Amino acid sequence: MNLEDRKVWGYRRENGRVGVRNYVAILPLDDISNAACEAVAAHIQGTIALPHAYGRLQFGEDLELHFRTMIGTGANPNVAACIVIGIEGGWTEKVVAGIAKTGKPVAGFSIEGNGDIATVAAASRKAKEFVHWASEKVREQCPITDIWVAAKCGESDTTTGLASCPTVGNMYDKLVPLGLYGCFGETSELTGAEHLAAARAVSPEIQEKFMKTWQAYQDDVIEAHKTSDLSDSQPTKGNIAGGLTTIEEKALGNLEKIGKKIKFIDVLEPAEAPARGNGLYFMDTSSAAAECCTLQAAAGYVVHIFPTGQGNVIGNPIMPVVKVTGNPRTVRLMGEHIDVDVSGVVRREMTIDQAGDVLIDMIEKTANGRLTAAEALGHREFVMTKLYRSA
Amino acid sequence: MSAPHLLVHDRRDNVGVVVVEDLAAGTDMLAVITEDNSDFHIKAGQAVPIGHKVALKDLAVGDTVIKYGEDIGKIVAPVAKGAHVHTHNLKTKRW
Repeated sequence: MNLEDRKVWGYRRENGRVGVRNYVAILPLDDISNAACEAVAAHIQGTIALPHAYGRLQFGEDLELHFRTMIGTGANPNVAACIVIGIEGGWTEKVVAGIAKTGKPVAGFSIEGNGDIATVAAASRKAKEFVHWASEKVREQCPITDIWVAAKCGESDTTTGLASCPTVGNMYDKLVPLGLYGCFGETSELTGAEHLAAARAVSPEIQEKFMKTWQAYQDDVIEAHKTSDLSDSQPTKGNIAGGLTTIEEKALGNLEKIGKKIKFIDVLEPAEAPARGNGLYFMDTSSAAAECCTLQAAAGYVVHIFPTGQGNVIGNPIMPVVKVTGNPRTVRLMGEHIDVDVSGVVRREMTIDQAGDVLIDMIEKTANGRLTAAEALGHREFVMTKLYRSA
Repeated sequence: MSAPHLLVHDRRDNVGVVVVEDLAAGTDMLAVITEDNSDFHIKAGQAVPIGHKVALKDLAVGDTVIKYGEDIGKIVAPVAKGAHVHTHNLKTKRW
């Protein structure tokens, strides 16, 4: 079938976006509301709690990022309806109001003055209503390009640049021109290939925006905080075991994810939703897998493609993470974590073009409801990006 | 084509990547340049693990290592053609 005609079975949400999962999320505004959220999720079947470590005494840009991540997570089309629980009413309502803009059912509860038990009782009652409502939703056929697909690689090795990342790039080269929203990030891991990344910006304006973002990371994060060179962190020990030697080498492999033809059309703040229409976006993110995936899900991406060399096991609670590897040893030792085996590429049994088609088939299956390896294995890493210490 | 032992991204590269497990020293490696599917043979100077790099020519201290046709760092200890290139003889130029 022509790619233009490929369809998936998704959930069309109130705002027109398409989700591929149908969660009722129980979202804690802050760390101390995790217990109440987990109690609701334990009580009401068909819900999922999203515990995390932050949300108290944050301020400035860090607080803005916290709100953006919370609201974006609740607003993600893979979430049918959302309960927000926070210690105080003010910030809780701010998150509820942000999620409500999508038109989906959302309700907030605050613990102060009520205690955990009464809050859990009230939130459970509402969560049960939402579960009935959400579970009546029926999947409908949507163009495959209505699925927003993000990418990030991890536990990379040299096969990442030879096989799994070019496979993702091939998929983007095929689907982005047809209307897909794509996303790559990992600001630090473009070091050594930043000139090549910059050259893939759609205009001089976006190129400048990219270089400014990349340089800010060098100056404000690396130069400000390093205690020695970064040789023990970038590449990681796992990368080095897999044969990667320098950050430049790692970055060049990483960049294979964005294909050969397409350009990126904007540079997004962490967790910022794309606003320039369909196309490939760069997002300023950490290269740590859970942080990056959490930010991309909060920006609205509903499927994630994760090329790995040595075998990263990452998942996300609301966004299916599809693992792709080109390393035959990883397939042999850690096959249960791999959704798409493209090790045929390094044996020259499979071309990158064929590997890209196999990945598109897996995106379709995943969108239709196939559980990814990470979903089946219960990986739900949800990690907020923290910009600096709380007040 | 039989499965290669070594893959090279770009014709300009001076290193290739071992893509088979248990490569023994002295193996007459089939190397394929993925850019144009051309191939050549090179002898493995030592046992090199899968995913690790091999020098395609003798490299001297200060030489730039080229992979993907791009600069990936500098040689800090001499390397003979066919030998393992990794953290013991290649260092980033960035940090």
